[in-house]
Amino acid sequence: MFAFILRRAGQGLLVIAVMVVLVFFGVNVVGDPVWILVSPDMTQDQIAEVARSLGLDRPIQEQFFLFVGGILQGELGRSFVHGTPAIGLILERMPATLELALVALMLAIVVGIPLGLYAGLYPDSAPARGIMAVSILGFSLPTFWVGLMLIMVFSVMLGWLPATGRGPVGHFLGIPTSLVSWQGWVHILLPAINLALLKISLVIRLARAGAREAVLQDYVKFARAKGLGRGRIVGVHILKNIMIPIVTILGLEFGSLVAFSVVTETIFSWPGMGRLLLEAIQRLDRPVIVAYVIVVVCLFVVINLMVDIIYSLLDPRVRLSEAAT
Amino acid sequence: MDAPVLNVEGLKTHFFTRAGVVKSVDGVSLQLAPGEILGLVGESGSGKSVTGFSILGLIDPPGRIVEGTVRLEGRDLTTLDDKAMSRVRGKDLAMIFQDPMMTLNPVLKISTQLIETVLAHAPVSKAEARQRAIAALAMVGIPSPEERIDAYPHQFSGGMRQRVAIATALLHRPKVIIADEPTTALDVTIQSQILAKMQELCREIGTAMIWITHDLSVVAGLADRVAVMYAGRIVETGPVGAVLDFPHHPYTQGLIGSVPSHAEPGARLAQIPGATPSLSALPDGCAFAPRCAKAIGLCRREAPQIEPLGMASVACHVAQGTGGLE
Amino acid sequence: MSAVVNTVREETPFRRFVSRFAEDRIAVAGFVIFVLIVLAAVLAPLYAPQNPYDLARVDLMDSRLPPGAKSLEGFTMLLGSDGVGRDIFSAIFYGLRISLAVGAVSCLIAASVGMTMGLIAAYFGGRVETLIMRLVDLQLSLPSVLVALILVAMFGKGVDKIILALVLVQWAYYARTVRGSALVERRKDYVKAARCLGLPDARIVFGEILPNCLAPVIVVATVQTAHAISLEATLSFLGVGLPQTEPSLGVLIANGFQYMMSGKYWISFFPGLALLITIVAINLVGDRLRDVLNPRLER
Repeated sequence: MFAFILRRAGQGLLVIAVMVVLVFFGVNVVGDPVWILVSPDMTQDQIAEVARSLGLDRPIQEQFFLFVGGILQGELGRSFVHGTPAIGLILERMPATLELALVALMLAIVVGIPLGLYAGLYPDSAPARGIMAVSILGFSLPTFWVGLMLIMVFSVMLGWLPATGRGPVGHFLGIPTSLVSWQGWVHILLPAINLALLKISLVIRLARAGAREAVLQDYVKFARAKGLGRGRIVGVHILKNIMIPIVTILGLEFGSLVAFSVVTETIFSWPGMGRLLLEAIQRLDRPVIVAYVIVVVCLFVVINLMVDIIYSLLDPRVRLSEAAT
Repeated sequence: MDAPVLNVEGLKTHFFTRAGVVKSVDGVSLQLAPGEILGLVGESGSGKSVTGFSILGLIDPPGRIVEGTVRLEGRDLTTLDDKAMSRVRGKDLAMIFQDPMMTLNPVLKISTQLIETVLAHAPVSKAEARQRAIAALAMVGIPSPEERIDAYPHQFSGGMRQRVAIATALLHRPKVIIADEPTTALDVTIQSQILAKMQELCREIGTAMIWITHDLSVVAGLADRVAVMYAGRIVETGPVGAVLDFPHHPYTQGLIGSVPSHAEPGARLAQIPGATPSLSALPDGCAFAPRCAKAIGLCRREAPQIEPLGMASVACHVAQGTGGLE
Repeated sequence: MSAVVNTVREETPFRRFVSRFAEDRIAVAGFVIFVLIVLAAVLAPLYAPQNPYDLARVDLMDSRLPPGAKSLEGFTMLLGSDGVGRDIFSAIFYGLRISLAVGAVSCLIAASVGMTMGLIAAYFGGRVETLIMRLVDLQLSLPSVLVALILVAMFGKGVDKIILALVLVQWAYYARTVRGSALVERRKDYVKAARCLGLPDARIVFGEILPNCLAPVIVVATVQTAHAISLEATLSFLGVGLPQTEPSLGVLIANGFQYMMSGKYWISFFPGLALLITIVAINLVGDRLRDVLNPRLER
């Protein structure tokens, strides 16, 4: 078990290292951020001064080694725009993004599994067909357009929910979160639904396929022959079997939720790191872009490792020692 | 014969598929006395497993019991709704399946799967249920059941898993157990162990059993009576000795003839020509007639009824002599 | 014998494919809608009441008119007008031209690049294969939106740059697919035979193996085209995709966003609907193609 985690952590570090190199050179070779930061009436000397103050006048490999040295000290460069450490900017906004992604993930599970289970248990019924049609639509709908429609319907036309911003932030176990207040939930609902939509469709498909397969298995028939009630068979025997692939895939999809939050955060003015990334891209704030990528890749590596561990806990047939060999 | 504990009358289970109606079970009647072991024999596709599932009410759409009654101690199970039926299943009426690898839920501990069965039918505490589960495992011969009970199915061998399934079936000392080829998937040595264990336990508990199999030699060693199924019907039934030693029905004769141990060494094995008919397009008359060397004109026109003949009962015009000298 | 063959309609693989495809009416409907959309986009200049990018025809006085209003020129704006007075109906079909073109071109290039890389990996194996497939794995483990955002951060705005970003996002899907099928094909006898004949590697790879790997590629290409169109629209909506001078559907939707709060829904709604219908139509075709061409995947 320990050897397995160590091995995977090593692989993860390698991935992070590769991404650091790719992204740093990618971002730095193309485009010149100085031209964004200087105003047209500046003299050549002033421009050079700006470049020097940002360290942009040095050779690229020197910039890279300075940068790597910085990473090892937990320092990912200063934002050109804000003038503060990039990593600080990202970490400051990370709780808002993680909060949004987590609520979306919960929504996907809470909504998707019952619907998918139903569609799998009664595949020919009218509600099941409706569920599947919605799920196919959910796959095709562009996230940003759904976001607009949610705002249009629930904020503009019905006036039920706020369209922008995050609720008041409180603290829960020392973590800053807006989920401690009613207003917080009111604000997070629309963006979370928007972000969850794609994953709800995914969970519906997974749960349906899993349930359809499970009901044909002998262990379900045997459970019926034992005289178990339908609730116990569906809720324990079938659910536990289909949860394993769903949890695994959803865990891996958490990263994609964080990535897609760029879109959702922009639409709903959610003060998370996705919106920060977009602003950074628009202003070519390279340190922030690079820091974001590194933080997100680290997040992915950690999530993948956690999913592997959870998977082995859920499925008794998989032992981590086996997976490591 | 004592008052039968299980009495199946005129059972018909049909499957309504897109390709047509499949008459898997088409008028089966059988009786089971308390403590008796009945061997239900037939080729694959003869409807023997569907008969077993029909008795438990485990037929799913597109299949349905279209006719007949299944009386357990006089109570007709076919009229019960699913909830009432689930109170019978696993308590008075239990079943063991063919493949022990598939029967147990792979992600639940053995203890969970046994305890839930106890709790489904007995108002006992969880601790008491666990004790009963351990006792059941000990009864079927699983060593150190106190420890093994918390294992997962994949940590057991096939034979051990089948023992767990048997323990599950016996938890509530059912009146009737239906065993659907429970030894076919196992090694031969394990097979005989399981057979002996089942026979012993049934005697001990007084459970009657229907042993579904395609293997006549199993029936010969285990059962009190035998019923031979062909194309959804019982063609011959009676005490094991009578039917196996003096079979009347040409199909039974063919089955016995094709068991290798009956043949002289070196002699050509007998075989029944042709294949089982499609259950969605059965011929008029006797379903076996197209493959039967003794068939007469009447056999192709009219289906024979099952009637007593000697110690057994047979559904065959030729054996019954009703065809005259056509 | 020959007489019999002549009377029976010849069953070519293509005919069998078409009749299998047509068994699913919804997929056929998807295909028909897609063809109509493409025609409508290509022929837009012939019937659209306004060329929305001809500044002489667009009047600021017409701005933000609701659906059905009359323009100053006198034609009816079926779907209303946007913030600078462009007819939404016309803008949608002009926008579709750009969206479809970007999607199609990026897919074609991505397919060519991806297939070549996949074939190289499968045919040569060894280090080349390891290098290519590690790159593919790395990229596929990251969400495509994220990769695309990073790429546009590197490249900047513009049609060529967006296409380049889309190609880089998508090539890995083709590479993985082609390598998978090519590995199977490579072991088959006809490839061994071609090698024994001493045919050059390139001839074997492109002439013998590639044609036999095309079915799964077609499925991936359909799905990826829809994905590319959606991704381009997302990037454009976020303001990091196509510039205002190349107004794809995503740009149109972005333009309407600011008016959403005041209830002028039509500026964003109708372009979004057009985008949705296009993507759904392509996905329906793709789903059916997967069933027909790749029976192993679906039961």
